[in-house]
Amino acid sequence: MTAVFSDRIDIALRVNGEEVEARVPAGRHLVDFLRLDLGLTGAHASCEHGVCGACTVKVDGQAIRGCLMLAAQADGADVWTVEGLSDTGDLSDLQAAFVARNALQCGFCTPGMLVAAQELLAQPGIPSRHAIREHLSGNYCRCTGYEAIVDAIESTAQARADRGVA
Amino acid sequence: MTMRFGNPDRPNSYIGKTVPRPNAGRLVQGRGRYVDDIVLPRMVHVVFVRSPYAHAKIKGIDASEALAVKGVLRVFTGADIATVCTPWVGVLAHLKGLKSPPEYAIAVDRAAWVGEPVAAVVASTRLAAEEAAALVDVDYDPLPEVTDMMTALDDATPVLHPDMGDNLAFERTHVEGDIDAAFASAHKVIEAHFKTGRHTGVTLEPRSILVDWNPGEGHMTAWHATQAPHMVQVVLAEHLGMPESRVRVICGDVGGSYGIKVHIYPDEVATAAIAKIMARPVKFIADRLESFTTDIHARDHEIWGRIAVAEDGEILAFDIDDWTAIGAYSVYPRTSAIEGNQVVNLCGGPYDFKNYRAKTTVVFQNKTPTSQYRAVGHPIAVTVTEGLVDMAAAALDMDPVAIRHRNLFADDAYPATSPAKMRFEGLSHHASLTKLVDLMDYDALRADQAAAKARGVVRGIGIASFIELTNPSPMMYGIGGARISAQDGCTVRMDPDGSIVAASSVTEQGQGTEAMLSQIVAEGVGVLPTQVRIVTGDTQSTPYGGGTWASRGAGIGGEAALQAAKALRNAILEVAGAMLQCPPDTLDIRDGAVVNMSDGADRMPLSELGRIVYFRGDTLPKGLPRELVQTRHYTPADYPFAFTNGVQASYVEVDTDTGHVKLLKHWCVEDCGRVINPQLVDEQIRGGIVQGLGAALFEELHYDAEGQLLNGSMADYLVPMAGEMPDMIIAHVETPTLESELGAKGAGEAGTAGAAAAVMNAINDALRPFGGEVTAMPFTPERVLRGLGKLQD
Amino acid sequence: MKASVGGYARATDLRHALDLLAQSDGMGRVLAGGQSLIAAMNMRLSTGDLLVDINQIAALKGVTLDGDRLRIGALTRHAEVATDPLIARHAPLLRRATDLIAHAAIRNRGTIGGAIAHADPAAEFPACALALDATIHVDGPDGPRDIPAADFFEGLFETTIQDGEILTAISLPIAEDGEWQVIHELARRSGDYALAGLCVVRRKAGHRIVCISVGSHPELVPDAMARMDAGDIDGAVVALRAAIDPPSDTQASAAYRRHLIGVLLQRAAADLNGEPQ
Repeated sequence: MTAVFSDRIDIALRVNGEEVEARVPAGRHLVDFLRLDLGLTGAHASCEHGVCGACTVKVDGQAIRGCLMLAAQADGADVWTVEGLSDTGDLSDLQAAFVARNALQCGFCTPGMLVAAQELLAQPGIPSRHAIREHLSGNYCRCTGYEAIVDAIESTAQARADRGVA
Repeated sequence: MTMRFGNPDRPNSYIGKTVPRPNAGRLVQGRGRYVDDIVLPRMVHVVFVRSPYAHAKIKGIDASEALAVKGVLRVFTGADIATVCTPWVGVLAHLKGLKSPPEYAIAVDRAAWVGEPVAAVVASTRLAAEEAAALVDVDYDPLPEVTDMMTALDDATPVLHPDMGDNLAFERTHVEGDIDAAFASAHKVIEAHFKTGRHTGVTLEPRSILVDWNPGEGHMTAWHATQAPHMVQVVLAEHLGMPESRVRVICGDVGGSYGIKVHIYPDEVATAAIAKIMARPVKFIADRLESFTTDIHARDHEIWGRIAVAEDGEILAFDIDDWTAIGAYSVYPRTSAIEGNQVVNLCGGPYDFKNYRAKTTVVFQNKTPTSQYRAVGHPIAVTVTEGLVDMAAAALDMDPVAIRHRNLFADDAYPATSPAKMRFEGLSHHASLTKLVDLMDYDALRADQAAAKARGVVRGIGIASFIELTNPSPMMYGIGGARISAQDGCTVRMDPDGSIVAASSVTEQGQGTEAMLSQIVAEGVGVLPTQVRIVTGDTQSTPYGGGTWASRGAGIGGEAALQAAKALRNAILEVAGAMLQCPPDTLDIRDGAVVNMSDGADRMPLSELGRIVYFRGDTLPKGLPRELVQTRHYTPADYPFAFTNGVQASYVEVDTDTGHVKLLKHWCVEDCGRVINPQLVDEQIRGGIVQGLGAALFEELHYDAEGQLLNGSMADYLVPMAGEMPDMIIAHVETPTLESELGAKGAGEAGTAGAAAAVMNAINDALRPFGGEVTAMPFTPERVLRGLGKLQD
Repeated sequence: MKASVGGYARATDLRHALDLLAQSDGMGRVLAGGQSLIAAMNMRLSTGDLLVDINQIAALKGVTLDGDRLRIGALTRHAEVATDPLIARHAPLLRRATDLIAHAAIRNRGTIGGAIAHADPAAEFPACALALDATIHVDGPDGPRDIPAADFFEGLFETTIQDGEILTAISLPIAEDGEWQVIHELARRSGDYALAGLCVVRRKAGHRIVCISVGSHPELVPDAMARMDAGDIDGAVVALRAAIDPPSDTQASAAYRRHLIGVLLQRAAADLNGEPQ
């Protein structure tokens, strides 16, 4: 290997609001870094080819596939996982709606679903059911059949609108 | 005390209400603990080298390059594993004639499907193990493969397992009545050929197991994503040469199962064998790509069906010829013959008719083994039955609803026995169909369909009635010699603070088992559901039982919990009576306190009773029983299975230029007996429906003639996603089983049983005016277009 | 599976990125959005790559209007293409295409430059680029090159980008007054690669038609375009079906795709004759 390329990369980033410094293997994807190196097992590795959405986390304000971004690329990034978003309360109304509507069964897709849904809910207005379904079209759930998830997101958007929250 | 579930004002009335799931709160915070989340000291990872050939002799394995990879510790061949692990044979005595050869955890000298494990690489990291696995040099000598189901029994086709004599794994024919006379006298005879797509479960959490062997104690612990911890305990003990008592299987959070995780998989047993050899924790997490060739497959059927009807729509006979191919081995220990057997048992199931002939032919082939997946056999039987019924209705110019009402078992006909000799205790086909018709506003929907047609938009309505087998007794597996418990147990105890702990042998896979148990126990004892903690999924700390499969958790595990809770209530009241100097039957427990039965006046909180029993037992009369732990078991005995019934409807729009089908809406009315938690039942139905919709529109594993899987990734094997799925209207008719006090039957598979058939009938309703028809699932745009005759070449 | 990567380097500017590629002995791979590349690495379809991460290079970002041409930096993410007002006004085809590309989380990372350089015949942006008569801008050891889209796509996942070169931007003529740009495709599920699709651009100079998922790479279909110019839609459908050589796979046969592409062209033609855009 030439000297300019490394197979171990030093990164410094913020994860769930905390400073993290680490040396990561060049090929390690972000979700493995979060799970294996930081013990943040909320996001899941399932397909590892970018289809199922179980690894969805928030990087620099956007929902991304944790298996399609290398940890090495997260240097300087602001990363949030379901654990951190739970601690801050950012997701608490959505999480409560998921529980109340039973919008999860096995729970394996749920952290990714929540992060994906949060991005949609941050947009202005109350999304239509069609828009919710479209936005979730990259997040696989084998248990629920999706309807309860759509309901939970729709009711959260409605409740936020009623409260005057974005 | 007899429970009066019908009275909503009764005390502690939790059964029948939507109670939140105790585990949902942590799952939405990402605090689940799935097998892959567990890290143990000295843990290593195993990755399997898998056969790239559908059929090949293994002449030699050179692992030298693999062993040179940094981090690699050991490479195991089939022979290495066979020194500590005996092979198994996936047959059951009651499936007469079923045969299958011994199967090894890792192939020893011959690989029989693409994906069969041929070596295992153990390394300190998954990455190192994967890199090394790619470097294991296996010398294969390809053998002729058997891949086509319909020619598997031809003389010209090689015999896959020469010791077995031929490629026939199992065959069963059932005849009732005079089938030839019925067809000869029929007003109309309709014939059709159906196909169901070979598919697989695609659990979001891949198959996962972590096994530790402690040679100091001679004890094995397996953290396993499984539906049947005690069955796994038995199998690991038997094949790795340990007493059952020295194997503990822990099943924590499981990321979806649907039958996929109820089987014994060679690679998982090999992982346990390796743990035993290396005496350290070994983790195997199936990669998604290998999941497609190693998780069991299902539903690979071709069926030729005939129906005979009289002029007034009476069904005179069904004649069914079912073929299925099950891969290279019958899966252990539940076998791969159940699905075909179910087709024979279930065809024509909702209908009161006299003449029946059904045959299933189950053949071996060099593909991934097939076995039980959600609603085993039901979707096939329902598709054939309901497809034929709709075709008959069309031929008679009858409405699909009318022909069903003409032939469904009458709601007062029970007990009844079907021509397939299935025994029904009590079903509600007509009430369910009537409710469905109301719910979907059938006439208005037909008007909408006509209005759409006037605009050039092609829509169709499809209906599918079904029966579903739940609450299996020992007649399902135990009778065949398998150590798979049909009985389940629950231990309920009161702790000093008055809280309740209930340990059950049925497991939580996300369907809400723990919520269901918590509300039953809460009602049975007389506490709040939040005062009940549920323990499941641990062979060491729960009663012995079957686990979660065949829609048995609520009906069997729930009844055991109810009886244990009632026994604990009585034990508590015996102590309370002594403490309060009154007969126990004048007391009740409500909301966690002992009260007067008559006026509900508070007498003593359970925490006070607990304090006395546990810390001041000296103040109680000597000899007073104070057993605040009670265990009860339950196994169905009166009927082999508790059948449920239901009916589904689908409304679709077909683009007749492209063949694209859009699902507009879906309805289901089903009768699972007593509904314990309406929300959980509805969501089981919805989730099950969508798996059936996947079968209807998307899911199909494609193989080439050499036995290579062509679409083994999530990009190529299409599962249902949110964008294409419809909203679903769910309702119930409740016919409780009289066999248990709880009265619950299963609800987990009803959705999957009927959804695909409803969609097929809806599409065909849409295509019929154009002379089109489809009967091969999934109904891809291309198949729909071909069904319309718009694509010739 | 876990990706096996030879090495990684984060380029600070274009020069640095080109130097890194030059030092990679042919093992260099440009890592832009990574939504195809990292998936391929995770599936071990590509191992040992020396990754040159260009995501930090500011010069590759942004959308600018330069006279009558729109320039779109290679690192412009699909989600930015979807919301950029200049693109919406001057190249609406690209904005519409983003509705059809994958899913929100993929669109947040995937880049237009990466998609065009990857040249997946089932992808929307390569077809759009050719339909819009874009110019592909690359830079490399021998300096920058401007390649007309018509000369850029060579074969299945093959372009005329040379080893050591980086796609830096695309530029395209802004839509004329009255120009039509439509995209039609049929995918089995939202966000899936299309069974077949097509882009149709109608300019004063004539129609431009490029198909998706029916050949090895994006190509213009002159016979069908000529029939469209002549107002002969049925003739265009026949010409289009005759011109393509679509694949058969587990989703659909070549015959189905050939049928479908004609239906899509008829629908595009109906759009062209509908309400003004």
